[in-house]
Amino acid sequence: MTFSGPVRLGLGLAGLVLFFGMWEAAVQTGLLPSGMVPAPSSLGPAWLDEVRGGFWQQAILDSLNHYLLGLLIGSVLGAGLGILCGMLGLLDGLLEGVVRLLRPVPGLAWVPFAILWFGLSTAGATFVIAISVFWINFYAAHSAVQGVDPELYELASAFGHGSFVGRLFKIVLPASAPGIMAGLRTGLGQGWMSVVAAELFGVPGIGARMMQASSLLATDVVVVYMLTMAMLYAITDFLFGFVRKWVLRWQP
Amino acid sequence: MSGADVVASLHDVGLSHDGGVHFVLRHVSLTLARGEFVALLGPSGVGKSTLLRVLMGLMHPTEGRVGGSACAAQAGGQATRRSRAMVFQDARLLPWRSVLRNVMFGLEGLHLNRSEKIAHAQEALRLVGLEDAQDRLPRRLSGGQRQRVGVARALTVDPDLLLMDEPFGALDPITRSSLQEELQRIWQQTHKTVLFVTHDIEEALRLATRVVVLAGGPPAGITGEIVLDLPHRHPDSPAFRTYAARLRAMIAGEADPGGEAYWRSAEI
Repeated sequence: MTFSGPVRLGLGLAGLVLFFGMWEAAVQTGLLPSGMVPAPSSLGPAWLDEVRGGFWQQAILDSLNHYLLGLLIGSVLGAGLGILCGMLGLLDGLLEGVVRLLRPVPGLAWVPFAILWFGLSTAGATFVIAISVFWINFYAAHSAVQGVDPELYELASAFGHGSFVGRLFKIVLPASAPGIMAGLRTGLGQGWMSVVAAELFGVPGIGARMMQASSLLATDVVVVYMLTMAMLYAITDFLFGFVRKWVLRWQP
Repeated sequence: MSGADVVASLHDVGLSHDGGVHFVLRHVSLTLARGEFVALLGPSGVGKSTLLRVLMGLMHPTEGRVGGSACAAQAGGQATRRSRAMVFQDARLLPWRSVLRNVMFGLEGLHLNRSEKIAHAQEALRLVGLEDAQDRLPRRLSGGQRQRVGVARALTVDPDLLLMDEPFGALDPITRSSLQEELQRIWQQTHKTVLFVTHDIEEALRLATRVVVLAGGPPAGITGEIVLDLPHRHPDSPAFRTYAARLRAMIAGEADPGGEAYWRSAEI
């Protein structure tokens, strides 16, 4: 059974209230030990403390900086290489082995190299985020381009757009835009997930602040930043929705 | 026929997809004169579309030679029109482009400014009766309307040779016959040289000035042709039925029964 928009929204909100209510009750009744899990009611004061000290705002600005730069670089390079590999069989064949080799390496595993190459800097954190976003966009663009109807290439040749550039701009980019957009959107979420890994080694930001808090067993602060990240993801995803809708405005 | 009047020609053309082991088409020679409307008739899968693609320059013949003014080397960067254009069976519109921008597809890259391109495309849309639909997306069109856009897209580049690959094959009979009439009208207005692929004898007889039959094989070859003299293209007229009987024989690979066949068989 499916529900209409407003009903769905109401259900979602009710579910959230229920979730936090049960959580609060479990901590208050001692079902969950308060040293291990912070009560939701303690999150507000913890958040206010972070805001008053200026840590919260600074952490968001720092992380946003890593996130946006890493996302931009990873998405452009990933989608770009994916498109090229999808169009050029020779390049695709050449890179097949390399791709299989590097694909399973998680972003976190690149942290030692990030430190080695970039030090404890914004560039290091950006690099780790970019890598984790890269693969999502690479595969999304690659399969989107390979899924382009070959009859459209014939159409392009028949009307004077048979060159590589003609095919790229007249056929491939618009035809694979839905798939590329889906990749960008998945990368948007993956990027926030890898912010923690990227800041794990001490580059300041939300991830670093979480690690500090957790080493002090300040679980309420950790949860405050978890929720902060969820909120930032929701905002970026919401904003991207408009971009997606505009680019794919021809779709039903 | 002088050289300039030959729009396209095939000289002993053969086509193989495996480098000459098996041939789809072989020993095909065909000349299209300026202003002709030639129907290329034959059973499904015989290689009619392949022959069309050879003339369009989308495929290169394994043997033989393609000639004619429309099939000569492409004009340079100053060209304002294209020598050949094609209408596909499945309309093949780009779903992300509006009707107008679909029609403008072939104009892009030509030496025309934007307002000229828009004017050309609107003119072609007027010719197919879709001037009011220019801002619509293809998915908002009926099958017949989509095919009209496909025809407009081909006409707008002002080609010497218009290649049509069973353009009405996927349409319902009513839409089909109205589009056939419209194509007749457009052809009379524009005097384009047309090669029209079809497997429908009646369609060939309704539209063409000459019918060429491609059959047999593989490899398939041209098994006969008829220059039509049909003042009234009515399917029930004796002349129409005689031509149909002759074409059926050519498709089956039998000897041409000649003009009297229908009457002889009808009297028995």
